[in-house]
Amino acid sequence: MASISSLPPAGAEIRLEKISIEFGGLPVVSDIDLTVGAGEFVCLLGPSGCGKSTLMNLVAGFVPAAAGLATIGGNPIDGPGRDRGVVFQSTEALFPWLTVQENVEYGPSMRGVGRAERAEAARHYIDLVGLSHAASRFPAELSGGMRQRAQIARVLINEPSVVLMDEPFGALDAQTREVMQAELDRIWQATRPTILFITHDIWEAILLADRVVTMTAGPGARLKTIAPIALPHPRELASPEALEIYRELREGIAEEVRRTLQAQGLDRGIAA
Amino acid sequence: MRTASSLIEFAKRVSGAAPGRFFTGLLSVMLGVFLWEVLSWRFTPLFLPSPGLTLQSAVELWDDGTLIQSIGASLARIMAGWSLGVLIGFPLGMLMGYFPFVRRLLDPYVEFFRFIPPISFITLAVIWLGPGELSKVILITYTTVFIVMINTIAGVVATSELRLRAAAALGASRFKILTTVIFPSTIPSMVTGARVAMGNSFLTIVSAEIVAAQTGLGSLIWTSRNYGKTEWVFVGIITLGVLGYLCDRIVRLFVKRTLKRYAVAV
Repeated sequence: MASISSLPPAGAEIRLEKISIEFGGLPVVSDIDLTVGAGEFVCLLGPSGCGKSTLMNLVAGFVPAAAGLATIGGNPIDGPGRDRGVVFQSTEALFPWLTVQENVEYGPSMRGVGRAERAEAARHYIDLVGLSHAASRFPAELSGGMRQRAQIARVLINEPSVVLMDEPFGALDAQTREVMQAELDRIWQATRPTILFITHDIWEAILLADRVVTMTAGPGARLKTIAPIALPHPRELASPEALEIYRELREGIAEEVRRTLQAQGLDRGIAA
Repeated sequence: MRTASSLIEFAKRVSGAAPGRFFTGLLSVMLGVFLWEVLSWRFTPLFLPSPGLTLQSAVELWDDGTLIQSIGASLARIMAGWSLGVLIGFPLGMLMGYFPFVRRLLDPYVEFFRFIPPISFITLAVIWLGPGELSKVILITYTTVFIVMINTIAGVVATSELRLRAAAALGASRFKILTTVIFPSTIPSMVTGARVAMGNSFLTIVSAEIVAAQTGLGSLIWTSRNYGKTEWVFVGIITLGVLGYLCDRIVRLFVKRTLKRYAVAV
């Protein structure tokens, strides 16, 4: 376990300064300033197509910035790396030819961790996400929720200082999603990486995040508001405080959705 | 009775079909043979030998060793050439698909040679490699390489972007991504290519044996002409069909057993 557990488990700070990202010469996001503190859980909330995923892809190192500076723990981002784990919305990201155990061992095996050592580490993280009974199964033999747990274990075994999650529970049914949200909350409390989490589910953001960041409608999306959620974990969504936060966030998002529809000339019947 | 039922059991396993479908297939074959029989009543054996006569000559050719020798010669050439072709075509396709430089380097040759039928090289193959086995084997290899390569390239290009990103984010180097993500993702296309190439190998071997061989099924079909033995031609053709079918089944069975996790649809 030495080379795995010797990594610092604490989160690293994500700092974005005047970030703009273009795609095919068109601005996707413009002038973004955002700092996510070490060990903080930040949710990016916004209407579809507003550039949330693009911003996350920048932090992951999948796309470059057209302008601005992006750093992780003070170091400029230069391509993907195992200090930033990515949990994708689609479980297609799992390797279908590997079992759960082998999928989770993938990261350690890439950096030459010995067979016995990485098997033991994988068992630990598979247990952490509650998949021990399915370790020898292939992704195709698992439910959507189980696959997402496998993806999370595969990311956590690398002990990343930053975990990026792009609507990880978006494709799950409502009941499974609730269980997974509670699990993520528990795992985050236990391991404490910095988490940047994308969602369009306002309740999900309130349940999980330290701060919720909303974005304006694209193209050239900007940050709109940053709202701290000062409620104790695990959170009770039925509380009056949570409802008040929900109402505010919802109003902000609705405004952006209306703006998008107006821009597309699709607002008749909604405007009133 | 026991042997008969176990024979049917074996046939079912080889054909991989459910009982109902298997018997539909069997019925269809019996109907075809019956039509052939009826047609043969109207013609001379030189024009259209009957199923009975064909079976009888098959038994004769089997008994004097000609048939088994022809099968052996053709199969050996196909197996050697095809295996070599897959072994060359797969890695080449991977490299061409992954490294644009290698692709640009080899593309002119691929685009040129893939339109030239293998049989047009038979004269050169004999001049350069001699009239022995090597010229035939290399011709089969040539047939196989391009088909496997082109299919493999398509597989590499179609590798899920999501999985490439996932691997990179988990710390895989560019080379490791090639061996641990692109290689397994490409196996289904490679298998498709290998199966198509197997069929084409049968086409090539018969032409090559007709032109330049004393043994093999192609040679058997061609020499039958000298004796006016149309039924031998039928024996040769039917043997080819059955052999091709069996070879494909064996490849599929092997793939099902060993490459199941790579989601190869066979």
